[in-house]
Amino acid sequence: MSETVLDVQGLSVDIATPRGTLHAVRDVSFQVRRGETLCIVGESGCGKSITSLAIMSLLPQTARRTARRLAFLDEDLASASGRRINALRGNRMAMIFQEPMTALNPAYTIGDQLMEPYLHHKKAGRADARERAIELLGKVGIASAAERLGQYPHQLSGGLRQRVMIAMALMCGPELLIADEPSTALDVTIQAQILRLLADLQQELGIAMVLITHDLGVVARIAHRVTVMYAGEVVEEGAAERLFGAPRHPYTRGLLSCIPIPGRTERGGQLGTIRGVVPSLIGEPFQGCGFRDRCDFAREACQRTVPLHESGDHRWRCVLDGLPT
Amino acid sequence: MSTPMMQAHGLTRSFVIRAGMFAPKRTLHAVNGVDLAINKGDVLGIVGESGCGKSTLARMLLGLTPPSSGSITLDGRDIRELGRRPLARRVQPVFQDPYSSLNPRRGIASIVALPLEVHGIGTPRERRSKSIEILERVGLPPRYADNTPGQLSGGQRQRVAIARALVMNPGIVICDEPTSALDVSVQAQILNLLLDLRREFGLTYVFISHNLAVVEHIATQVAVMYLGQVVEQADTAVLFRQPRHPYTQALLASVLTPEPGLGIPDTGLGLAFPDPLNPPAGCAFHPRCAQRIAPCNTIVPPLVESPLGKVACHLHPAAPVPAAAPTPAPSSPLSLPDTPQ
Repeated sequence: MSETVLDVQGLSVDIATPRGTLHAVRDVSFQVRRGETLCIVGESGCGKSITSLAIMSLLPQTARRTARRLAFLDEDLASASGRRINALRGNRMAMIFQEPMTALNPAYTIGDQLMEPYLHHKKAGRADARERAIELLGKVGIASAAERLGQYPHQLSGGLRQRVMIAMALMCGPELLIADEPSTALDVTIQAQILRLLADLQQELGIAMVLITHDLGVVARIAHRVTVMYAGEVVEEGAAERLFGAPRHPYTRGLLSCIPIPGRTERGGQLGTIRGVVPSLIGEPFQGCGFRDRCDFAREACQRTVPLHESGDHRWRCVLDGLPT
Repeated sequence: MSTPMMQAHGLTRSFVIRAGMFAPKRTLHAVNGVDLAINKGDVLGIVGESGCGKSTLARMLLGLTPPSSGSITLDGRDIRELGRRPLARRVQPVFQDPYSSLNPRRGIASIVALPLEVHGIGTPRERRSKSIEILERVGLPPRYADNTPGQLSGGQRQRVAIARALVMNPGIVICDEPTSALDVSVQAQILNLLLDLRREFGLTYVFISHNLAVVEHIATQVAVMYLGQVVEQADTAVLFRQPRHPYTQALLASVLTPEPGLGIPDTGLGLAFPDPLNPPAGCAFHPRCAQRIAPCNTIVPPLVESPLGKVACHLHPAAPVPAAAPTPAPSSPLSLPDTPQ
């Protein structure tokens, strides 16, 4: 089994808000190995993006991060100094954001932005950095890369901008890549192209990738392992094939039943739904299962601490051992 | 087949764009010669990527944007003669963003009653009770009546928008990406609601979306748009089983269903995304098309009708036999067996 690149154990993030403390992420644990793609999936507000920002030490000032262990290879990120984090971030661990329009600086050329991390981290000369930038633009499928270097972000389409973002993240040869909704703002055909590119590069370069998305279709097609988050907690984690084939948590199963699949779901028929709404994560942290008010299998035991079941490398947090079919 | 409820003939809308004070004016053909027929009780899905003109088309069908040329008829009457208010009684919108399409300062019962107020229907008391009744029908109990949109979730707000669209008993509801801003579990609730309401009130929908799986689920007919033009239109079952236009094929291939092991599809599309201000000659899709042939970069393919629907592609020319009458379309999309994908 290959080396663990990212090890997250018992990660919690509390954010101070005017209405009280928001327990955005609660006791989240997962690992990502070299050459593996882990998808964190969940609906808005489940804490998936905050988790990624916590790993990259990019949380807002009002947030407090605690973890039993937060390690990137042999670096302890939880106790590392700001200087140490700066040396790692953008270098050995990189991030791709959702909005390529806002994540790129409109006042600088693509070339300047691509070269900046390389010049900074690798102490390289401009000629080397330029060569590296051209190489990576080629790798992400952008033709006539040399001319593109002089262009500004507004001169590129959304799909090309996201390719530039990917090239930028790869400039310093990262070992960990975190992609937060990398294809969500794009058109469907472009989304497929970008995901294919990410999957190919991840395999070719043997990167550990964490991909954050709300789209179970994306997850099914790209993930090796999947972590399902709900109300700030991991409710289920496992290999993609097993998690989609035999979901063990009622929330995972509910989510899958909501999605129309051409050729599988009956056209015009009733789609599955999940009743109710997500509980508030502000104030006193609540006890028991956060999903119990929306769950068809809820029982009294759900109000107490929920056991974590393990079967091989499949884990789920539910009072039920397995779901009735 | 009866006359279509709503029809568009040669619908075109162009916008004059000026990039800077001294830059030359350029014309953007957002919608370029679209013919559509919407039958009563149908759900016409319109799919295409951003900038293909689907939202401009929706605004024209609603009478919110006048066409540059071409016409729209409702039950055979031109909507320009019909006038704004009578049109609004028959055709109502549901927009994508339930955060910006509802007045944040009003209670939701008052938001839903506004169309009645504008049309001078009923007393304030009757309007309120009608509004509460319809809110209840879309799944918002009376205790929410005086909540403002800010106090509701995204799914609840979209229910308010649907209630507002239905309060006038319109025949047609134009839904422009109604579920795109919602989480999947909420999207499923809204789709179920739209389908229930359609059965209950005999509604006709125009359903605009970039999500093909959603369109496949809800639509009876699908029109695929590319750079302002309809490139293919067919019964949903036919289109999904036998897409003919290479762009439709690429769109269908791009649908990522939650089925692990299938991997990420190769759409076969290049990176040459066209500039809508300077569309390619010939078939607008040819620079990205893997199946292009000789005439594609010079001759615009006409929309050709056949038993499988309409398609504008040189790979599917009109049948050489001069057809006396078009072959009737398959009677019901449900009678066609579905091939599992």
